[in-house]
Amino acid sequence: MYVYDEHDRQILEERVAQFRDQTDRALAGELSESEFLPLRLQNGLYVQRLAPMLRICIPYGMLRSEQLRRLARITRDYDKGYAHFTTRQNVQLNWPALEDVPDILAELAEVEMHANQTSGNCIRNTTTDQFAGVQSDEITDPRPYCEIIRQWSTYHPEFAFLPRKFKVAVNASEHSDRAAIQVHDIGLQMVRNDAGELGFRVHVGGGLGRTPMVGPVIREFLPELDLLTYLEAILRVYNRYGRRDNKYKARIKILVKALTPEGFAERVEAEWSHIKDSPTRLTREAIDGMKEYFTEPDYEALEDNPTELAEARSQSKAFDNWVSRNIDQHKKPGYAIVTLTLKKTGTPPGDVSDLQLEQIAEIADRFSLGEARVTHEQNVVLADVRQDQLHELWQAIRPMGFATANLNTLTDMICCPGGDYCALANAKSIPVAESIQRRFDNLDFLYDLGNIDLNISGCMNACGHHHVGHIGVLGVDKKGEEYYQISLGGSSQHDATIGKILGPSFAREDMPEVVEKLIGVYVENRTEEEEFLDTYRRIGIAPFKERVYA
Amino acid sequence: MPNIVRHDGTITSDDWTVVPQPAEGESLELPKGPALIPAELWLAGREHFEGNPEIGVWLDSHEEPEILKDHLDKLPIIAINFPKFADGRGYSSARLLRERFGYRGELRAIGDVLLDQLQFMKRCGFDSYALRPDKDINKAPRCLQFFTNAYQAATDNDEPLFRRRGEFPVAVAEETA
Repeated sequence: MYVYDEHDRQILEERVAQFRDQTDRALAGELSESEFLPLRLQNGLYVQRLAPMLRICIPYGMLRSEQLRRLARITRDYDKGYAHFTTRQNVQLNWPALEDVPDILAELAEVEMHANQTSGNCIRNTTTDQFAGVQSDEITDPRPYCEIIRQWSTYHPEFAFLPRKFKVAVNASEHSDRAAIQVHDIGLQMVRNDAGELGFRVHVGGGLGRTPMVGPVIREFLPELDLLTYLEAILRVYNRYGRRDNKYKARIKILVKALTPEGFAERVEAEWSHIKDSPTRLTREAIDGMKEYFTEPDYEALEDNPTELAEARSQSKAFDNWVSRNIDQHKKPGYAIVTLTLKKTGTPPGDVSDLQLEQIAEIADRFSLGEARVTHEQNVVLADVRQDQLHELWQAIRPMGFATANLNTLTDMICCPGGDYCALANAKSIPVAESIQRRFDNLDFLYDLGNIDLNISGCMNACGHHHVGHIGVLGVDKKGEEYYQISLGGSSQHDATIGKILGPSFAREDMPEVVEKLIGVYVENRTEEEEFLDTYRRIGIAPFKERVYA
Repeated sequence: MPNIVRHDGTITSDDWTVVPQPAEGESLELPKGPALIPAELWLAGREHFEGNPEIGVWLDSHEEPEILKDHLDKLPIIAINFPKFADGRGYSSARLLRERFGYRGELRAIGDVLLDQLQFMKRCGFDSYALRPDKDINKAPRCLQFFTNAYQAATDNDEPLFRRRGEFPVAVAEETA
């Protein structure tokens, strides 16, 4: 994992001092609210429905145990003792006081953390696959490139006042896309060309929100050394020509659509031709040096499926279920990737208490080299667990509430904070998630249903990624009443698709029954090997519509 | 009253007057003394203005700096307007004028110029700033140097940090009693 050197530390300390100065001037009335707004947003601070909200950055989802412990302490000392993992691999505090924020940022800086550019019309946290570096089907570890992008985008002097927010995601897996790159402003898929050289396929102009779009490819192969100059060219074209007259039309996707992907690509290439050999061009040494921070740990020579594991699985159905569901294949024999689910019924998806943060730190130290990763599905991953220690780990995490064996099932939902917390929301989302979890509480039935992404957003800003859920739920406001619109068939994988709206929306109390009917249509129509999405794609939306609106 | 901040933090005043775009049907009226006129008008009356050390131009945020690229050595000063401080197009315009077209004269930020954007402006090649009059100009020098280092290359710095790591000792902060 990346470790700060004296430059990084100094820059971050100066940033904290700067924000302290800005906050003092804001409190003294020297900065108007509209002048302070982008400054506090670019330091993660929103003013929300009930209190300020501070969004803390977790670069590409990676956390060390000391950072988890510091987050726990901050939630206890400055907040109400809990935090919320977001769908962009960040973490939010819901109740900090404005005047405490400089102190919180100083405490974060001590453990190499910050809230830089987690909000505002600037380049946001770069996200990636939570299995980066430990999966076997990966072109290369994407995290060094994410850190290179993080540094380049941090306080970039030209791109701090873009037309709108800007999100970059990187994926390196050939078969999966856990980073949902095609619904980002820039999605970078790592590839090798025919000569075996590393590079990126560049998608631009994807996104959710009011105008959901899958990002078209503007370049099939970008050599790795050209990463930053090309990003700079894209951002410059966007900064100059993106719309600024209407915030709903200001994202880069609107510009890409207006110019057509080919037209946009031409402008980028023209801009890039001027700067591709500038000092911003990466060097072999810079990339290799960065890779040094993400080298493989000293794995032991182990065998897959050790006797300890096999025995424990045969003795406990619950453990066996958890292993089948929440464990992924590690690239090294004898190791496992474990996902701790934060989707226990009755707890808002992604919420963790201060105690739980410390517990995650403790088990990361005990079982997974002291590191944890946050996923965009709002779970936490321990990436390097020995298979012969899985049973011990499972016993440790059960009382902590992280062993719900529902990963990737219907009840492992993505859900935004919704109307309970968020000032933008049209409707609550957490109670909908909970009512569906309560209806589908039979694990065997859930396993039988297989992988289903159910994503819930409380408004069309789509923080809950409803457009790309196999089943998407969107909260809408109808004359002051909260209603929920359903879409089907979305996907954020390599076959990224925006879901289709089923029809008129439903009242909250009807939602569990509606989902049950949709699931019924799937169960009755599926073939043996089909997942929900396969069946939907084969039979189309009509049978679902008929059942639900009958 | 001093109203101009320079990139090294000195505070001065000068006589450049920004002449607004004349309304439809009206003609340009030049004030006494040095004037910054709309770039389009300068281009339209180039034969007349060229070589006059008291006539400079200003570009609005939506105007492309490319329109000036063939005349840069004839302009004593170029100003770029920030109609709202959150309109970030001027940063790109400045870098293009400096880095692509090689403009070496004075480049001034005008309009909604506030304290907290000064260092970004400096990094993008602006070397003077007409701070909005309600802002405390004495705070400008500090705001120009919140950061002593930066990750990226920009107009002020040819070498991004990744090219300097390991050979750029960080100044150790002086210990205070």
